[in-house]
Amino acid sequence: MKYALYTGCVAKGAGRELLTSTYALAGKLGIELVELKNVSCCGAGVITEDNPELADTLNARTFAIAEEMGLEILNICGTCQGVMKKAQAHLDKDEKYKNKINETLKEGGHEYKGTVQIKHLLTVLSEDFGLSSLRSKVTVALDGLKVAPFYGCYLLRPFELSDFDDPDNPTEMEVLIETLGGTSIDYEGKLKCCGFPYLMMKKKESITMAGNHIASAKKEGADCMVTPCPLCHLSLDPYQPESAKEIGQELDIPVLHLPQLVGLAMGLKPKELGMQKHIISTKKLTDKIGC
Amino acid sequence: MSETTFKIQRFNPEKEKEPHFQEFKLEIQKGATLLDCLNQIKWTQDGTLTFRMSCRSAICGSCAVRANGHAVLACKTQASSLTRNDQVTIQPLGNMEIIKDLAVDLTEFWKKVEAVKPWLMPDEKETLVFERTQSIEEFLKIDRASTCIMCSSCYSDCCSMAVDKSFLGPTALTKAQRFVEDSRDKETISRIKELSEDAGIWDCTHCSECSQRCPTEAKPLDRIVSLRTVALNNGVTNNNGARHAKTFVKSIKSSGILNENTIPVGSMGFFNIPGLLSLIPVGIRMFLKGKNPPLIHHPMEELDDVKRIFKKFEKK
Repeated sequence: MKYALYTGCVAKGAGRELLTSTYALAGKLGIELVELKNVSCCGAGVITEDNPELADTLNARTFAIAEEMGLEILNICGTCQGVMKKAQAHLDKDEKYKNKINETLKEGGHEYKGTVQIKHLLTVLSEDFGLSSLRSKVTVALDGLKVAPFYGCYLLRPFELSDFDDPDNPTEMEVLIETLGGTSIDYEGKLKCCGFPYLMMKKKESITMAGNHIASAKKEGADCMVTPCPLCHLSLDPYQPESAKEIGQELDIPVLHLPQLVGLAMGLKPKELGMQKHIISTKKLTDKIGC
Repeated sequence: MSETTFKIQRFNPEKEKEPHFQEFKLEIQKGATLLDCLNQIKWTQDGTLTFRMSCRSAICGSCAVRANGHAVLACKTQASSLTRNDQVTIQPLGNMEIIKDLAVDLTEFWKKVEAVKPWLMPDEKETLVFERTQSIEEFLKIDRASTCIMCSSCYSDCCSMAVDKSFLGPTALTKAQRFVEDSRDKETISRIKELSEDAGIWDCTHCSECSQRCPTEAKPLDRIVSLRTVALNNGVTNNNGARHAKTFVKSIKSSGILNENTIPVGSMGFFNIPGLLSLIPVGIRMFLKGKNPPLIHHPMEELDDVKRIFKKFEKK
């Protein structure tokens, strides 16, 4: 199994433990990753506000490069996945538009043909690698660990671009958690927005939003939350002390990146997964599963 | 055919302190909409059940309720599609006060729609030969927004509204886009300036709930994004939201990938001392854990090609 790894900006910035844990997990599972180092940011839905065609062109360039490598794109960021799927839909539904964008790419020696597959790590683990293979590799079962999955908007909505069968009632994260031996918990904030996109504009509202979701996970007895999107992580983990203060409630819930949770079950050590970098200590949960 | 349990939220504020759920059992007939079922329950089981309805044809926008936690237009939704383990939960729309049972108070909703001046403001001095005409391209810019039926489904499920009731919200902003981008309207700049103020276009988080719940082609998030483009293209950028977008784009243009270190000052503005001071605790916290973005930002490889693309769009 070999993929073109699109790291996204956060995994190279404030969430480098996501990249660390992705490589550690891929190594453990024998998944080969070729990092795309010559591609730009996906635009995170922001460049498209400035210029929609520019945003689609930058993404088309990324798609073209992956096509040249003959590999599928593997995203480790939910936002990158959602934004790319949207760009791909724009290109694929309008031949004239695609040709226009390819004219721009041509000078750089690239052409988007429309063959590339764009997948998030969650789908790669659940479908390509497969849950039964994953189960057979579990060495530290997450027995008794109550995990609250936090999906993030971009893997769910719009439905027509989601990889999930029923995005209003998804089971993909839950099934994965149960495969690792953990207990998945249902809670009110599971499918809601983390508030990150307007953290710099409306801090009070953003941290309230995050705080409410963490509180709802805690109410259902969560030991930790897990998210496939590092933007959600940035909202839920580093700002959690502010969120707790804003909503007037103690929270203290660790927020794991998806490959960290899977990595723990595969026997990787917390340090190998960069968990010492979290603001909310993960010690209680690693003690609970004995690693 | 088996019976479905309709778990319906009931509330009469004149008599009760808190809403409660009441269960009704009903056999869903083939092809029955959720509204058909609500009517059946009202007509045959409990005449006091209160909900709004009118056209039964997905055009009046009266019968929106929340089913299993999400806003739907009752007359446009097949009841059988909502059942989970032979059960469906029905609640009034969110983000609004309840009048009784499933009927909510739309006063604030309508005030916000009115606030965006939802009427055409053309150049009155213009000499008209016949009437104000539009090209097909001009019409297509406002066509989608025109399909809004004001059902308030988007408003109900808006995550930003849930934490800030002052937000104009997706319906009003959709209505606003219909006039901001109307080629016959002459108040584009004054409109977009007003809409860029607090509680306006930059207070949306992009969560897509509005577009997902919209029963028409209005798709509010796309309209909000379109309004933001108008603001940025017209230099209406003296606010945190627009500054954030500009800083973001500038960072990608200069290094291909985002330099997160530039975002706080770029978004909040250099002179926003209280705003920037409020970020110091989290900054220190992250720095001490090694969670800060690298102090030396490394650009992407083959940056020249991305710079070339940016340049090409500048020329356009």
